[in-house]
Amino acid sequence: MGKEFFTLMKPELGLMLIIFLLLILKIWDGIKEKSTLLSLVNLLLLLNFAAGFFFNSEGTLFSGMYHTNAVIVLEKNVLAFGTLLISLLAWDWLKKHEHLLEFYILLLSTLLGMNFMISSGNFMMLYLGLELSTIPLAALCNFDLDKLKSSEAALKMVLSSAFASCILLFGISMIYGTTGTLTFTELPGHLDGGMLQMLAFIFVFIGFAFKLSVVPFHFWTADVYEGSPIAVTSYLSVISKGAIVFVFITSLSNLFTTMGATWYHILVISIVMTITVGNLFAMRQDNIKRFLAFSSITQIGYILLGLTNGTEMGSASAIYFLVVYIFSNLAAFGVVSMVSEQTGKENISDFNGFYKNNKVSGWVMALAMFSLAGIPPTAGFFGKMFLVTAGAAKGNYLLIAFASLNMVVSLFYYLRVVKAIFINSNENPVEKIKSGFAVKLALGICMLGIIATGFYSGIYDYIVSMLH
Amino acid sequence: MNLTLLILIPLITAIVILTCKNLQSVRWVAFIGSLVQLGLSGMLLLAYHAERVAGNTAQMLFSERHSWYSALNIEYYIGVDGISIAMILLTAFVVAAGVLISWKMEMLSKEFFFLLMLLSVGAYGFFISLDLFTMFFFLEVAVIPKFLLIGIWGSGKKEYSAMKLALMLMGGSALVLIGILGIYYNTNDGTGHHTFDILKISQQHIPMSLQMYFFPVLFTGFGVFTAMFPFHTWAPDGHSSAPTAASMFLAGISMKLGGYGCLRVAMYLMPEGAHHYSWAIILVATIAIIYGAFATLMQKDLKYINAYSSVSHCGFVLLGIGMMTHTAIVGAVMQMVSHGLMTALFFGAIGMMYDRTHTRQVAQLGGLLKVMPFIGVVFVIAGLCSLGLPGLSGFAAEMTVFMGSWQNPEMWHRLATILACASIVVTAVYILRAAGSSVMGPIKNEEFRKLTDAKWNEKFASVLLLAAILAIGMAPFWLINLVGPDSQIIMDHLTNAGGL
Repeated sequence: MGKEFFTLMKPELGLMLIIFLLLILKIWDGIKEKSTLLSLVNLLLLLNFAAGFFFNSEGTLFSGMYHTNAVIVLEKNVLAFGTLLISLLAWDWLKKHEHLLEFYILLLSTLLGMNFMISSGNFMMLYLGLELSTIPLAALCNFDLDKLKSSEAALKMVLSSAFASCILLFGISMIYGTTGTLTFTELPGHLDGGMLQMLAFIFVFIGFAFKLSVVPFHFWTADVYEGSPIAVTSYLSVISKGAIVFVFITSLSNLFTTMGATWYHILVISIVMTITVGNLFAMRQDNIKRFLAFSSITQIGYILLGLTNGTEMGSASAIYFLVVYIFSNLAAFGVVSMVSEQTGKENISDFNGFYKNNKVSGWVMALAMFSLAGIPPTAGFFGKMFLVTAGAAKGNYLLIAFASLNMVVSLFYYLRVVKAIFINSNENPVEKIKSGFAVKLALGICMLGIIATGFYSGIYDYIVSMLH
Repeated sequence: MNLTLLILIPLITAIVILTCKNLQSVRWVAFIGSLVQLGLSGMLLLAYHAERVAGNTAQMLFSERHSWYSALNIEYYIGVDGISIAMILLTAFVVAAGVLISWKMEMLSKEFFFLLMLLSVGAYGFFISLDLFTMFFFLEVAVIPKFLLIGIWGSGKKEYSAMKLALMLMGGSALVLIGILGIYYNTNDGTGHHTFDILKISQQHIPMSLQMYFFPVLFTGFGVFTAMFPFHTWAPDGHSSAPTAASMFLAGISMKLGGYGCLRVAMYLMPEGAHHYSWAIILVATIAIIYGAFATLMQKDLKYINAYSSVSHCGFVLLGIGMMTHTAIVGAVMQMVSHGLMTALFFGAIGMMYDRTHTRQVAQLGGLLKVMPFIGVVFVIAGLCSLGLPGLSGFAAEMTVFMGSWQNPEMWHRLATILACASIVVTAVYILRAAGSSVMGPIKNEEFRKLTDAKWNEKFASVLLLAAILAIGMAPFWLINLVGPDSQIIMDHLTNAGGL
C-alpha cells in the first residue's frame, strides 16, 4: 500500500473526498446561498477533472481486485468531464431545487461506482461497482419530487436494473461454477467455450445489454428518460452508457477471446436490432426526451459496430465517439433543458419557429442534431466514420451497408428537429430564452467540442497513444 | 499557388458574413468574397498553364500533403489536374453569379449568404481532394446548406423537397462510403497500412472479385448526386423548390460533384469494374437522356422544365463516361462545365422572371421580351445553349460526347449514341416551345407592362455566365487542351485494365 494506493486510486479517493465534504456541508448547513454552493461544487468537480491528468500510474491493488492503466485513467477523465458539463448545464435547475447537495452526493456516488466498475479486475468488484452506480441513479430519477412521472421513472429504473443484475449474477455464478475463478487475468485461460460457459457469457452480455439499452432490452429507456429530470436524463444517456461501453473495452472484450466467433455474432445481431428499432421508434416520437432516448439507442448500435473490430482501432473509435457524443448530446439536452426550464415545453412541435427568437440556441440545437446524425463539419461525422471504418475491418460489408444506409434513416428524424427550428411556422414560438452564465459556458464548451474535435486530430491521436 | 486558399477564402467570407451588422455589408462581403474566388481560380488556371508549358509533367500540380488522422492514414492531400481546374472555374463562376442574383435576398440574409459560402467550400474542397476520406468529408459538408437553403428560402412544397433531396443525397453518400471503405481495406501504402490516397490506390490492383461489388455501389453512390436514372427524382423537386441561387448551385455545381466522383474515383480506381459494367452505365444514361427529354415535354413550370432537362443533360455526362473513349471522356467533362454554366444561367433567368411576374407557369407568361428585353434575351440564349446551338458551349460539349461515343464500334453502343443524338430533337421542341410562349408572342397579362428590366447585379451575373458559355462555345480548344491530357491518363488506365 502506501504511496501507490494513493496514486492508483486517486480518481476514486478524490470523489469520495468530495462526497464527504458535501455531506459535512449538508449537516453544517452554513452556506445558505444556492449559487455559492453551486460554484463551490462545480469548482470541486473541475479540480477533480483536472487532477485526472496528473500523477497517473499503472498497477493493481487488493490482489488483483482493482487495476488501472493509461486507458482506464483516460476513460475516467472522460466521465469526469461529462459530469462536470452536466453539472454546469443543470445550474439553473438546481438553483431552484431544495435538495441541491443531495443531488450532487448521489450523482458523485454513481460516478464513483462507475470508476470502480471500469477499474475492476474481478467479477465481484465489477458487480459491486455496477450496483453502486445504479442505485443512486434510480434515486436521482425521482428528483423532480412533485412529478408523478418522475417517481414512475425511478421505479421502472429500479425494477429493470434489479432484473438485469439478477441475470448478470446468474451468468457470473455459472462462470464461477465452470472455471473456479472470477479474476479477469485468470479467466481467459479457463474459458474453453463449452455449452455452459456459452450460456454464462450470454447471460453476462444480457446483463450489460440492459444497462446499455441494447434491443431487445431497451424497454425501460424511453419511459425513464421521459420521466426523469433533464439533468439526470442526460447523465443516463451519456455517462452511464459511456461507463458500460468502457467496461466492454477494458475488460469484457479481452475476457471472452476464446469465444471470439460467438462474441462477434452476438454483437452483429444486437447491432442490427438496436439500430433498426432505435431508428424506427425515434421517427415517431414527439416528446423530445423520448426522441433522444431512441436516438441514443441507435447511437449505441453504432458504438457496438466499432467494438466488433476487436482491436485497438475499435476501442479508439469507441472512446473517441463517446467524447464527441458527450459534446453533441449534452448540447442538445442543454437547449432542451433551457426551454423546458422556462416554458415547460418538451415536445418537438414546441420547437416550431424556435429560430425566430432564439438565434444562437437555434444553431446550437441544429449543430447538435447534425453532429448526432454524423454530418460534417461537425465532430459527429468523424466519430461515426471512425466507428464504421473500424467495423469494416472484419470485411462484413453487408453490416457496413446496413449501418451506412441507416444513417440516412437517422438523418430523417434529426432533420425533423432542424426543420421544426428553422422552417416550420408557429403562431407563438418560444420566447427569447434567458439562461445563466454556467449554462452558456457549458453550451459554449459543447459547441467548441462539436466544431473543433473533428478538425483537430489531436484528441483522436491522444486516445490512440493512450491505448498503445 | 496555394490551393488551400480555395477553401479558406469562402470560409473566411462566411465567417465575416456572420459578423456583419446590416444587409448592405453582408451583400458586399459575399460579393467581394466571390470575386476573390473568381480571381483566384483564374490565377490558378494561368499558373497551371505556366507550369505545364514549363514542362512539369506531374499528374497533380500544386499538391500539398499533411497528415491528418495518422492512425488511420487519413491525409489532407490536395492537388489539381486539368479536370479539377475546369470544375473549380465552373464553381467560381456559378458562385459569383449566384451571389449577384440573390442581391435582393432580405429575409435572414446573413444566414443565406453564409450557407451559400459553406456550399462553395464543400465544392472547392471536393474538387481539389486527392484523399478519399477528405473528399468524402467535403462531399457531405453540403448536406446542411442544401437542406436549409431549400427549406427556409424555398417556394412551393419546399419542406418535402428539402427532405427528399437531403435524404436521397445522403443515401448516395452512404453508398459512396461503403465503396470507399471497400477500397480502403484492399490497399496498402507500402508500409503495411491501408491508404485513402487516390494516386497510390490507382497504382494498385483491387481484386476483380471485389470490384464486381464495389464498383456498382460506388458508381451508383456518385450517380445519385448527378441525378442518374432511376435516382434522379430528387432533382426536379429540389431544383424547383430551391431559391434561385440555390438552384443554380445545385444544378450547376452539386450535380457535377457526382460526375467528377464517378470519373475520378469509381472509374479511375476500379477500371476493371468499369469495363465490366460499362453496358449498365450506358443503358441508364441513355434512358435518362430519352426519359428526361420526354418528361420535360410534359412540364408546365419553367423550373421543372430546366430541372428535367438537367436530368437529360447529365445523362450525356454519364454516356460519355460509359463509352470509355478518350474523346467521349473529354466530352463528358466539357458537358459538365457547359451544363453547369448553362443551367445556372437558365435558373438565373427564370429566377429574374419569377421575381417580377411571380409565376413560373409557361401558360401565364408571354411577351416578356417586350417589357424586359435583357432578361428575355438571356433566357433565349440559355435555352439555345441547352438545345445545342453551334457557337454556344452546349454544342461543343455534346458534339464531343457524340463523336467520342461513335468511336466505340460496338453495335449496342452505336445504337445508344444514335438514340442520344435523336433526343436533341425533343430538346429543341421543349426549349423552343417554352421560349416561344413565355418570352415571345403577345403580352398575356396587362400587369406585366409595369415590370422593369434587369438591374445591374442581374446583368453582371448574366454577363459573367454568358461570357463563359461563349468562351467555350466559340473556342472550345482551350478547354479541350486543359482537360485532354488528364482524360488521357484516366483513359490509359482504363485501357490497360481492360486489355483493349
